[in-house]
Amino acid sequence: MSDHIVPVKIYVAVFAILLICTFLTAGIAFVDLTVNIAGHAVNFNPAVALLIAIFKATLVILFFMHIKYSKWVTRTVVIAGVFWLCILLSLTMTDYLSRAFLTSPVH
Amino acid sequence: MSEHSVSVTEPAAHPHGMLQHHFTDMEQQKDAASMGMWVFLVTEIMFFGGMFAAYLVYRYWYYGAFVLGSTSLNIWFGAINTGVLICSSLTMAMAVHSAALGARKALIVFLILTMLLGGIFLGIKAKEYYDKYVEHHIPGENFKFDSMTMPDGSEREVHVDQGQAQIYFSLYFLLTGMHAIHMIIGEGLLTALLIMSWLRRFGSSYYTPVENIGLYWHFVDIVWIFLFPLLYLISRVHHV
Repeated sequence: MSDHIVPVKIYVAVFAILLICTFLTAGIAFVDLTVNIAGHAVNFNPAVALLIAIFKATLVILFFMHIKYSKWVTRTVVIAGVFWLCILLSLTMTDYLSRAFLTSPVH
Repeated sequence: MSEHSVSVTEPAAHPHGMLQHHFTDMEQQKDAASMGMWVFLVTEIMFFGGMFAAYLVYRYWYYGAFVLGSTSLNIWFGAINTGVLICSSLTMAMAVHSAALGARKALIVFLILTMLLGGIFLGIKAKEYYDKYVEHHIPGENFKFDSMTMPDGSEREVHVDQGQAQIYFSLYFLLTGMHAIHMIIGEGLLTALLIMSWLRRFGSSYYTPVENIGLYWHFVDIVWIFLFPLLYLISRVHHV
């Protein structure tokens, strides 16, 4: 940490970006982002909303939560937490998403 | 034990009275506290992660019911609350900043502002819960999801499997309810900080509680940053 004092203007800039992203998220929700990929209509609205959310969370973690200025031991804890969350979500969903891949010959 | 009492009885030997005997200096103590707080926040990530996983599975299974349930929420309350929480994160960051500079008055002002913004968030949330109560959208005995009020005030009929819709609303109340409980705990922690700063317990060399409760407050903000798109914005395009 070494008592790094973050300038106020960085906080205000991050705050402004977070607010703009919130307006963007709410606004984009009403724009149809469906794209036709190989005959399938794929709606990108949820993906875009989540990407903006991940961007916002990253800004909060780096600047408001001072991870940009912290020691590697603290950063490692953060990275481990996010990594384990990804294991939780991805391994759960690989199961549920792939159940329909195999259909029983009986049916 | 004798070594302990030596360091306790000789506070003058250390420039900072708040330094515990098992740390070399204030910086090491602060780093350890910060890392400890993050370890706690990781357990919080996993706690909310389990609920997010349940949400993902059911959203995948009952997508149609989830879209309708999501559309019945008032997007503007959700968006305004996101803005309110972001404002409170800024005031919280400024509180930590003021504490680091040893500016006691600014610290107190920013703590009060953060608590006020947290209160506005909880007030808007209570209004949303009340609307859902009036509409019989709270899972249970009297649950009935056959109509929804649109943002322009008009009513719209809904035809959906009631069981699937109850699962959406159960997850909505579970996730936003756990988030609101975290906010209420945060308000309590901020009250403690306010009293401590009133009693001049913090200075530029020691303000670890301000910093760590700040981390907690930002974490709760991040949870909402994800809850907003996941609960309010599942698919607004075709169902405005």
